[in-house]
Order: sequence, then C-alpha cells, then structure tokens
Amino acid sequence: MTNAIIIAILAAIKIGIVIGVLLLVIAYLIWVERKVMAHMQVRLGPMRVGWHGLLQPIADGLKLITKEDIIPANASKILFVLSPVIAMIPALLSIAVIPFGDTITIMGVSIDMVITDVNIGILFILAVSSVGVYGILLGGWSSNNKYSLLGGLRSSAQMISYELSMGLSLIGVIMMTESLSLVDTVNAQAGLWFVVLQPIAFVVYAISAIAETNRCPFDLPEAETELVSGFHTEYSSMKFALFFMAEYANIITVSAVGVTFFLGGWRGPFLPPVVWFLIKMALCIFFFVWLRSTFPRFRIDQLMQFAWKVLLPVAIVNVLITGLVMSIL
Amino acid sequence: MIKPLIQGLTLTLKHFLNPSKVVTMQYPDEKWTPYPRFRGLHELQRDEDGKEKCVACGLCSTVCPSECINLVGAEDKNGNRYAETYEIDMFRCIFCGYCEEVCPEEAIFLRQDYELATENVNDRIHNKEKLLVPLKKKSK
Repeated sequence: MTNAIIIAILAAIKIGIVIGVLLLVIAYLIWVERKVMAHMQVRLGPMRVGWHGLLQPIADGLKLITKEDIIPANASKILFVLSPVIAMIPALLSIAVIPFGDTITIMGVSIDMVITDVNIGILFILAVSSVGVYGILLGGWSSNNKYSLLGGLRSSAQMISYELSMGLSLIGVIMMTESLSLVDTVNAQAGLWFVVLQPIAFVVYAISAIAETNRCPFDLPEAETELVSGFHTEYSSMKFALFFMAEYANIITVSAVGVTFFLGGWRGPFLPPVVWFLIKMALCIFFFVWLRSTFPRFRIDQLMQFAWKVLLPVAIVNVLITGLVMSIL
Repeated sequence: MIKPLIQGLTLTLKHFLNPSKVVTMQYPDEKWTPYPRFRGLHELQRDEDGKEKCVACGLCSTVCPSECINLVGAEDKNGNRYAETYEIDMFRCIFCGYCEEVCPEEAIFLRQDYELATENVNDRIHNKEKLLVPLKKKSK
C-alpha cells in the first residue's frame, strides 16, 4: 500500500516537473527561434523587452491572453473551440513515454527518469500524435473560411502521407531492438548509436518529422503567400496561442523521438544523462530553426510526389535491407 | 541536388556564427541621416531681420498637385503682403517639392525631418507657427 502511494506521488512529481519544463521550453523556444533566425538573416531579432528580448515570451503571452477572442459568424462553435485543444493535448501527451535519463536512486527509492515506461511506447507516440491532425483539420473546417479549409485539407493530406514514411523509418530500428519500448531502445544503443547502423532511416525520419510538424520547408498548411495563414487564419487570442504551442510541442516531441531512436537517447560520456538528453534535443531543435531560415517552401504537388515517390520507397527498401542483413548475420 | 542545399545551410550558419554583423537599424535608438536633397517637413524662411520671406503670392498653393496648402494673404500697415494663414495638410502632402521649386522669394524649403506621425488627427495640419523657422536670438 505505502509502495503504491510512493509511486503515485513520484509520478505526480515527475509529471509536474516535465509539464512545467515543457511549457517553459515552448515559451522560450519561440524566443530562441526568433533570435536564431534573425541572426541567420543578418538581423537582431527581439531586443526591446528585457535584455536582448529575454522577456519577450512573457510579453507575448500577456498580450495573447488579453486580446479579444473572436469566433467568426457561421463558424461551427463547438468544434472551433475544441480544435485547439485537440491539437495541443496529443502534443503534450507523447512526452509521457520519452526516457530522459538513467534510473537514479534517492533514499532507497529507485526512480526511472521516464514518466511511464509503456511496453508499446513508440506505438503510443505515433497513435497519439496522429490525433493532432484532427485538431488542425477540424480547426480549418469549423472556421467557415476557404483559406482555413484549404490549409486544413493540405495539412491532413501532408501529415497522413508523411506519417507512413515516418513509421516505416522507425521500423528498421524496432526490428533491431525487437522492442517497442523506448527505454529498451535507449538501452540497445549502449554500444553504437542507431544513426550509424541506420543512416537512411535517420534521414527519412528527419525529413518526415519536419513535414509532420508542419515546419518550413514543408509548412504548406500555413503558406502565407497562398493561404493567409492556413488553418488558423480565423483564430485569435489564446486559441491561436494553443495552436502555436502545439506546433512547438510537436517539434520537441519529434526531436525527443529522434534523439531516443537514432542518437542514443540520454547516453553520453562524462555529463549526467539528463544533460546529454537536453544537449541532443537542443541540437535537433536548432536544426529545425536552421532549416527554416534557409530553405524556401515546397509546392504542394512536389510535396506529395516527394512523399509517395521518393520517401516511402526509400523507407520500404531500408526495412527490406535491414531484414536481409539481420537474417544473414 | 544536395550541394546547393548544403551551400545554403553553410551561408546561414556563417551569418549565425558572426552575430555582431547586422544590416538592420535599431530605429528609435539609431537614426538614419537623410541626404541633403531629401524632401521632408517644410520650413518657412525668414530674412536677416527676422521678417517672414513669404509674400503670399499663392504660387505654391496653385502649383501644389495635392492641393494641401491653404494660403490667405493680407497687407500690413506698410503695404507689404504677408501670409495671414499658411497651413499645410500633412496627410495630403506628397512631398513633391514643387512649392519649393516655384517659390520666387525662396521662402519655403523642404527639410530633413521625416517623423510626422501624430496621435491626434487635428495635428496633421501644420500652421504658420509650426512651419516658420524660429527667430534667431541676435548675438550682436
């Protein structure tokens, strides 16, 4: 009985810390992105609020909370209110199974540095993150606006197409670890990271992860030049902020999955595991921003062609090769 | 196909690693100096005695393509013409500089000031007090 209480308390503490850190990181990710992108484009970025604009996320948050919340006429009210929530919740939920450190022991109680080690971890992440598509699609549809609808449709088409190659790229790793649990995946990389053993899968995963999170150069759902701002054209105030936070939470999730599956998770010499995990995450997120500030946007037909004619065959061939090599060895 | 992608990434990374070099200007802190021939806010001139140069001939309000100059002339007790009211509507003015070109007395010049935004709509009309050069204190 006391054991169960301790586990429950520990879980609550872990959830609190992870959610708190996650929300703080999301807020400051926006600042980091603006700053990094500005310097890459030979600008300065936010400079006014606090030292080098450090308080900018707080100012933005206050602004968004106090702004008028507009629901357009003839919008489907329930879905319009619900869809930012549907977009946000899965993005936060998938962090639950990511291991961010080794098991540590404090006062005789061993604590796993993961909220819950589900034995179908990666399946859970893929399942939950595809629910996020509904948020975007319903948000686009319920706004009663043609730009929103087009953005939502594009987004769902894109996310469904790239989800396939994303899943297939992970299958190579899953075949080698023979487990769906993320903790086992990290433990299997004690010797050699899977980015060395599965380089093609890593590239496929990186590309489809960027497409999955609707980031540049795959940010067609919110292509400003054609669709105003896509599925969240009609959204304002905190609902818009929720969509925005969901996007950044998704970046964090796909970076975490990428780190766990290909870059050895929290494994690394000298520094504590959590620090290694954060360093790897930061590099992945930097890569996202780097791509955004460098590349122009794809065209919609190029995007679909690339997904179905290049990425998916490459992912399938990778699975085949992995299977062949494993059966030979 | 891969090479140009890497070239682009290298360029952005190079700029990122050299953060001191920026091309933008932190506007309210740093300000751009206009060139000498820049056409900004108008200025009505005075002669050496501090008298207004304008004789209210009306050429400027005639030549003005956006009809933003409202000029009413009058005569003082010595029979010299002067502008009783001289107002420029800054919302309508297109800063073409025709008034400066046409003025026979060289009484109006377009100067360097370009910060003309106001919080009150009525402030858009600049009257003679605003446009005239302030009187110089006689140092002699």
